[in-house]
Amino acid sequence: MNLLLPGMYMAADSALHRLDPRVKMVAAFVLMVLAFAAHSLASYALLTTFVVIVAILSAAPPIALLRTLRTIFWLGCFMFFFRLFTTPGQPLVAVGQFTITREGLLTGAAQIYRLCLLVIISALLTFTTSPAQLAHGLEVLFKPLAQIGLPVREFAMVLTIALRFAPALLEEIDKISKAQQVRGIDMYSRNPLRQMQSWVPLFVPIFVAAFRRAEDLATAMEARGFRGTQLRTRLHQLHMTRQDLIAALIALAVSLAILGLERSI
Amino acid sequence: MLIQVENLCHIYVPGSPLARVALHEVSLQVGSGERVGIVGRTGSGKSTLVQHIAGLLTPSEGQVLIDGVAVHERTTAARAARRRVGLAFQYPEDQIFEQTVFREVAFGPRNMGLNKAEIAERVRWALEMVRLDPVMESRSPFTLSGGEMRRVALASILAMRPEVLILDEPTAGLDPRGRRELLARVRAWQVETGATLVLVSHNLDELARVVERVIVLDRGQVVADGPTRQVLSDSALLSAAGLDVPQSVTLLRTLREAGWDVRTDRLLPEEAVEEIVHAYAGHATALGALQTVEAM
Repeated sequence: MNLLLPGMYMAADSALHRLDPRVKMVAAFVLMVLAFAAHSLASYALLTTFVVIVAILSAAPPIALLRTLRTIFWLGCFMFFFRLFTTPGQPLVAVGQFTITREGLLTGAAQIYRLCLLVIISALLTFTTSPAQLAHGLEVLFKPLAQIGLPVREFAMVLTIALRFAPALLEEIDKISKAQQVRGIDMYSRNPLRQMQSWVPLFVPIFVAAFRRAEDLATAMEARGFRGTQLRTRLHQLHMTRQDLIAALIALAVSLAILGLERSI
Repeated sequence: MLIQVENLCHIYVPGSPLARVALHEVSLQVGSGERVGIVGRTGSGKSTLVQHIAGLLTPSEGQVLIDGVAVHERTTAARAARRRVGLAFQYPEDQIFEQTVFREVAFGPRNMGLNKAEIAERVRWALEMVRLDPVMESRSPFTLSGGEMRRVALASILAMRPEVLILDEPTAGLDPRGRRELLARVRAWQVETGATLVLVSHNLDELARVVERVIVLDRGQVVADGPTRQVLSDSALLSAAGLDVPQSVTLLRTLREAGWDVRTDRLLPEEAVEEIVHAYAGHATALGALQTVEAM
């Protein structure tokens, strides 16, 4: 495995790695909602402290964690400037027909900070939870939806397979793009027409490979008795331990504290 | 045409827990018209090294020079240098995408900006080189057999007339006959054009037939570099590097330990046979030795 995606699972044995995926997922979800709903500085201070502590417990290298923020660089810029110029309030500077306001500057900064929290929280989840655990957790959490006829198990299976094969597909893309580079395609041409042309020699082989892989996988699964409609048992069952319970309670306490802080304003 | 690898280091995903040193201070030179084999177990850095020679990776440290030009740079000179190197990855048929064999082979020459007549001329020549029937030109490459697809992929590289041809495990997944034929074609091509050939493999029996010099990589470092006969008959070295010693060498070594007066640096089966016949004729206790062979 020579490629690294931002947010990819990193096997380790930390407190966060050992946690039940259900606890991690629910906690991450609640914290993300709070990150967007919160307004007061105190809530953000609390949330940030909590995230930093969790990050330390996760044993994830801080650089790798911060590097995931790169993925939202452009989105962040866009949101910041959007807020900067469109928020009415006390004017600071005028640029042409746009005015930058004090409020705009503040809400813009807050917006970026929320986005960063969001990415870091989700990165902490995916760094410490393997794709298989993620899918398993999702399957259990969404089980109630199976009651109204949604194919929850099948969806979890599809998700597991997609996550499992993403790195393999990336390696394939890497290999084929190199192979075509040797044959003289210019992938980094500034001419947009040439750049578009360079996609065909990439996409065709990648699709061929993906379909072949899918077919092989389907055969292998069927050969081992997989039937989409039948109930499967699992080798690894999820059990809530005392640590899981404590972690859940801490996350709950932090969430309630933030809600309380928000209420008190 | 001189390839100089200078103090080359490569680290995959640096600065993360997954960081892995693929090459560590590799230095070597390959001269014009040489036939070189690069061997090593899985993960020894062979593929990384040849990708560096083709200018596809940026070194963590050190550099690869082709006639003095650093190939990984983004200059016009470096681009021109990269053009002189042809690289076929493992399972090169995976790169096929065109509707016809002709267009597939013509893809490289077309990217080089050649005119139509020249492209057609090169396609004919390349298909001839890999012994594919010209009637196949108009067929879809996806309808061909695995071995034929491999040859189309190889032709598509040959058509660019590289001065250096690098083949990464070219015979992987082929049957014994397909392997022999492919290597015979590659060798014939090398003799005809006088180009430099770099063959990556871990099948030493196969390599012994084609290359005149072997470089052994282990854990990202060069552990041996010398004439094929010398390197491939050094069973201690090869075993330490995690490689299978050529069968002929193993046989001759066993015979030698059993008291036969044979040389152990005969790499090809026919050479080994000759050596054994020779020794058998002159050996006093030939009968005893024969029993040894039968017992094996």
